[in-house]
Amino acid sequence: MLDAAAAIARHEPVPAFRSAILPVEARGLVFEAGGRRLIDGIDLRLESGGGRTVIIGPNGAGKSLLLRLLHGLIAPTAGAVLWQGRPADRSIRHRQAMVFQRPVLLRRSANANMLHALRAHGFSRAEAKERARTWLDRAELAQLAEQPARLLSGGEQQRLAVARALSLDPEVLFLDEPTASLDPASTHGIETLIQNAAAAGTKIVLVTHDLGHARRLADEIVFLYHGRIEARDRAATFFGAMSNARVRAFVEGRIVF
Amino acid sequence: MQDFGAAFGLAFHLILSGDSELAAIILLSLQVSLSAVVAACAIGLPLGAATAVYRFPGRGALILFTNAMMGLPPVVVGLLIYLMLSNAGPLGVFGLLYSPTAMIIAQTVLVTPIVAALARQVIADLHAEYDEQLRSLGLSGARTMATLLWDGRYSLLTVALAGFGRAVAEVGAVIIVGGNIDHVTRVMTTAIALETSKGDLGLALALGIILISLSLLVNGSVMALRSTAARSAYA
Repeated sequence: MLDAAAAIARHEPVPAFRSAILPVEARGLVFEAGGRRLIDGIDLRLESGGGRTVIIGPNGAGKSLLLRLLHGLIAPTAGAVLWQGRPADRSIRHRQAMVFQRPVLLRRSANANMLHALRAHGFSRAEAKERARTWLDRAELAQLAEQPARLLSGGEQQRLAVARALSLDPEVLFLDEPTASLDPASTHGIETLIQNAAAAGTKIVLVTHDLGHARRLADEIVFLYHGRIEARDRAATFFGAMSNARVRAFVEGRIVF
Repeated sequence: MQDFGAAFGLAFHLILSGDSELAAIILLSLQVSLSAVVAACAIGLPLGAATAVYRFPGRGALILFTNAMMGLPPVVVGLLIYLMLSNAGPLGVFGLLYSPTAMIIAQTVLVTPIVAALARQVIADLHAEYDEQLRSLGLSGARTMATLLWDGRYSLLTVALAGFGRAVAEVGAVIIVGGNIDHVTRVMTTAIALETSKGDLGLALALGIILISLSLLVNGSVMALRSTAARSAYA
């Protein structure tokens, strides 16, 4: 585990992790709605071996859409998403999880939210209880386990959503702006969970428009612009060189449209 | 001109003295209507949830039909059930006509569309909120329905209450299929109709007061329950 964490810190792939579903490849991905082409022929391959791919770009670039297309929540108008060369089936979907910008929590206690997801993924009652306890503890929510999930603070709710997703042992975790509207302390808590997951071998695919968040977390950056991949590079190179004019304008805070 | 004061006095006397005839009528009313609501919920809740969750050919027509059935005239339902249960009808062999079971069937037919239509709306709203999360978890349609029905339980209680209100206040269907037989099929509404026609306003008023009180009690209980649930973010 320590070797893996070190490799990730060096922005290197972690060869020890053998994925049953990665690589995932988007081929000629197109998504249209309301007569507009929102995703415009994206080709993207995400390799196994852990690591954190952060997708950034201005509003309306198609970041969240791309995440949903990769996760299979929406079907592309054209193109395909292939996992080890084949379309996602039930077993492949069970090896992924997603955390949404606004955590969707059931009208139940924090613990019951965990148990619901774990039971849905086929864990036995005893195993689900154990995993729920472990992950609530890791997310520093153990003392709030029996509290109604929707009465938790925004940061606690998002930590619960991340813990719920990670308790399922996903090989790939998609996160759609998980720290939007959170204070620095809550953001730190979420980032710690994500970094630990990446160190344990979970492939992280994260969408954000928070550049600080991207700098802290990313092994590689995918910059999306008008539904296309404008730039893709290792994080250090991306933020160091910024040879692309649109990337530079975006990073420097000038409006990109 | 009736002496309304005396009628009210008699009504309260009957209630406060625990009149056995009054009690029998109330008990049967509750048995029939609660049974009908339970049956209607057993049919209507899954039906409402299924039409909210699944997309299938004819779904729109089914929703339209269910919504239209909410306004079913009770006497027409009574007549149809009567024809089904009468000796010459397809279910005549069971000898159910003029029995509480026949009344439960009639009320179930009346209440099921209400439960199904209102439940569909409740579940559809919840489904819109949960949809991506539940699909991300890979839940089957049946598990999605179960999750939504459980999480919508407090709103669905109100739906069941609306069904109970319809059932317990209904007179047209139960009088046709039940026959308003004393100590067998006489319920509050049919008794009110009969006693009023006989001019015995005391018993009619007593039953009317109880019917309204019952409605207030049930509504109040559900409102309190929902309010508690809302404070706990479970509703």
